[in-house]
Amino acid sequence: MTRPPSTSRPGLLRRLFRRPAACVAMLLLAFILLSSLLLPWLLNTDPHSTSPHTFQPPSFTHPFGTDVNGRDLLARTLEGARISLLVGFSGTLVSLCIGTTCGLLAGYMGGKTDALLMRLVDILYAIPRLILIILATFALDPLLQRWLAPIQDGRWLGYTKIGILIVALGCIEWLTMARIVRGQVLSLKTLPFVQAARALGQSHTKILIRHLLPNLAGVIVVYLTMTVPAVMLDESFLSFLGLGVQAPQASWGTLLSDGAQSLNPIRSHWWLLLFPATAMSLTLLSLNFLGDALRDALAE
Amino acid sequence: MLPFLTRRLLSMAGVLFCVISLTFLLVRLSPGGPFTRERKLPPAIEKQLLARYHLDGTLWQQYSEYLGDVLQGDLRLSTKYRDRSVNELLAQSLPISALLGVSALLLATVTGVWLGSLAAVRHGTLTDTAAMLGALGLISIPTFVTGPLLVLGFALWLKWLPVGGLNSPASLILPTITLAGPAIASIARLTRTSLLEVLHAPFLRTARAKGLSENRILYVHALKTALLPVVSYLGPLAANLLTGSIVVESLFNLPGTGSFFVNAILNRDVFLLGGVVIVYCVLLMGMNLLVDIAYTWLDPRIRLEN
Repeated sequence: MTRPPSTSRPGLLRRLFRRPAACVAMLLLAFILLSSLLLPWLLNTDPHSTSPHTFQPPSFTHPFGTDVNGRDLLARTLEGARISLLVGFSGTLVSLCIGTTCGLLAGYMGGKTDALLMRLVDILYAIPRLILIILATFALDPLLQRWLAPIQDGRWLGYTKIGILIVALGCIEWLTMARIVRGQVLSLKTLPFVQAARALGQSHTKILIRHLLPNLAGVIVVYLTMTVPAVMLDESFLSFLGLGVQAPQASWGTLLSDGAQSLNPIRSHWWLLLFPATAMSLTLLSLNFLGDALRDALAE
Repeated sequence: MLPFLTRRLLSMAGVLFCVISLTFLLVRLSPGGPFTRERKLPPAIEKQLLARYHLDGTLWQQYSEYLGDVLQGDLRLSTKYRDRSVNELLAQSLPISALLGVSALLLATVTGVWLGSLAAVRHGTLTDTAAMLGALGLISIPTFVTGPLLVLGFALWLKWLPVGGLNSPASLILPTITLAGPAIASIARLTRTSLLEVLHAPFLRTARAKGLSENRILYVHALKTALLPVVSYLGPLAANLLTGSIVVESLFNLPGTGSFFVNAILNRDVFLLGGVVIVYCVLLMGMNLLVDIAYTWLDPRIRLEN
């Protein structure tokens, strides 16, 4: 049996492209993503190589200037972009898996499962999220370090914090997604097409995946675009406090923390704050714009 | 009302117990203790120190003793700020954080609702677009960017306000604005969306037909209904302000609870961390309870018993 072509998806995209703000946001995101991936390769600069030229203002050789260790800020900002975007998108993917599964199960099964899952969501809502993430990174990092140390001469050691951040942030940011999906499923499952599927003798798994999930795609995509900036903000909070991504690697949060500390009345190294701040704010702004536009396009 | 309150308070106690246990066990189980330094302490001294802070014996002994003390309201001594109890440190720092949090909450609610209703009433005009663009910008720019920018503008260039620290009431102005920024934006967006929906509701046509003034219709009839989503957002907002205050306090060098939180983690100061986590959880759960109660008062269709 071939699946009939979904009618909602192309329509949604066309409605989205009709909005100038959404187009600008998507172009900006593509630009930031591509330059973070391609520019380091084209410019051939190393974000970690130090030089005696410390605190150089922006110039032709260093378009974004240099930092306290004479590292090129452009290369550092691009590295920050890669790490922040990686954490943002992967963390969102983790939250997507948990949130959708929980929401689908709670909404479809109802009864005890629903009550149990929604109580869990309520409880997790009541706990300061960032505290949980900080505790998790703090406790799991040494364990993961010890476990990874013998593998390939410890070449993965620098990445443990990032991995934990992705999982921990994903495990925290799924709550709203679960609530939204559950609400949608509650109303969808009373509709005739679900009852028809059940009357035809289709299994629950099949109904969930083939009938309910495609109908939820729109809502999920909209909410995903809004989760990415939230995860990125959380990551930068942690890195800003010195609890997230560890030196020598840098995310936008770490760079901004350096930049904020360099502001003083005597000599301010403004470029240390300006460039990472602009890059991060533009990315978050585009993501939020895109989320808003998607939501409006869906409601149209 | 009473059974609802009892049930809520019981479940709050349960959550609090879990969080305290989790915090204590995670910190004690992770490698490195509060007295681990670059230069190793002589074993005899370390043993004495551990005994003094009741951190000797098996993990279970430490944990059950700690829980017993917490139940009696004794949060124990901080291992970093020697000879000072956690109760004392919290009593000193909490008023500062509370003042910052409450003023940010007030500023965010008042400004947010005002901006949101302005945008909704002038829907589709330049005011609406400008307010919503500004709100989106405020949500997207992290506080640790707006904070330094405000310092640069108002403290370093104009020299109107102090740069950081806590010397006068004026030094709380910039932190409050920084902390309230994203919250203003979220509240403004929420208010606008829900007021736009309400403005087309039939009960407003009735109010107009009764001959009520446009101001009375807007501020009494429409806004009261439109504020429901805003009230339910106050719970998550309190959580955001809590985490935000950690960053803002470190940005402006305020001696509040947030700075203790970060330091306690970095120094593995288990009792101080436990104390701060308890305070944060109680604040947050209390706020959520208040929101639920306020909700029933605003919307008579909801009953707490369900």
